[in-house]
Amino acid sequence: MTLAPTVGMTIPQREHYCDAVQQMLYNASLWNGHRIHFDMPYATEVEGYPGLVVAGPLMGDWLHQVVDEWLGESGMITGIEYSNRVAAFVGETVTAGGTVTAYDEATGEVTLEVFVKNDRDEVLTPGVITAQLEQER
Amino acid sequence: MSGLLSEEVLSHIGRQSAPRREIVTRRDIRKYAIATDNRQAKYLDGDMAPPLFHLHLFWDVVPLNELSPDGVSIDSLLPKFPLEKAMAGGLDIRYHKPIRPGDWLTATRTLTDIYEKAGRSGPLIFYEVLMEVRDDDGELVVSEKTTRILR
Repeated sequence: MTLAPTVGMTIPQREHYCDAVQQMLYNASLWNGHRIHFDMPYATEVEGYPGLVVAGPLMGDWLHQVVDEWLGESGMITGIEYSNRVAAFVGETVTAGGTVTAYDEATGEVTLEVFVKNDRDEVLTPGVITAQLEQER
Repeated sequence: MSGLLSEEVLSHIGRQSAPRREIVTRRDIRKYAIATDNRQAKYLDGDMAPPLFHLHLFWDVVPLNELSPDGVSIDSLLPKFPLEKAMAGGLDIRYHKPIRPGDWLTATRTLTDIYEKAGRSGPLIFYEVLMEVRDDDGELVVSEKTTRILR
């Protein structure tokens, strides 16, 4: 399949439910022992969070995934800039998505503005992804 | 400049960590793909590492007694900063080559900058760490610049 990106087009969004077991497995796979992710009394009483905090880089991963799924076998992500601005908490459902902001047909380079937002429409993790599309020969 | 940053703190710019060499395994890729809610077969089967997998491969593996009380590993690359409350930072990552099981990869981290800016509610300290991941041929696989803000 060949992708035909146009500036302004949105890519299919994806929802992620922030599940406690998934958070545990994710942080364990990194060797991330930060208590805010699994120790509820610590997260709420010591740090003052409303719940267990979803790991920032996991939301960074979801930015990649929403673009990578759209690309399929038609291209590769070549770069990303993103920041974690607002926290998400275990039990929330967040949505990842993006919009094409530039496409160079000659080189096959496509740029997308991407986000993870919560159900109050707050952008938690804004970013910009560049990808290289396979060129027709 | 309010001069929060002493000569001693600034002298850490350019400091580099010892290179870390790790092997990529199918099992690690599969665990990472499952834990991140990935649904593409090439990653779930471990044939290829998804983007951002280098984070998993090079997260510091430290003994329990070297973690701080909140469970965080202390980054030995950093000096003791006069501000300590971490704010949201940013990442800038470039992917140069795909990562596959069996690859030996080496990461080197460099503290590339420390600077100060006036924020709305007081001074802020920024620092930047560049991580370069190379394969055994010395070719760049991933480069990642992390910017962190302290207040």
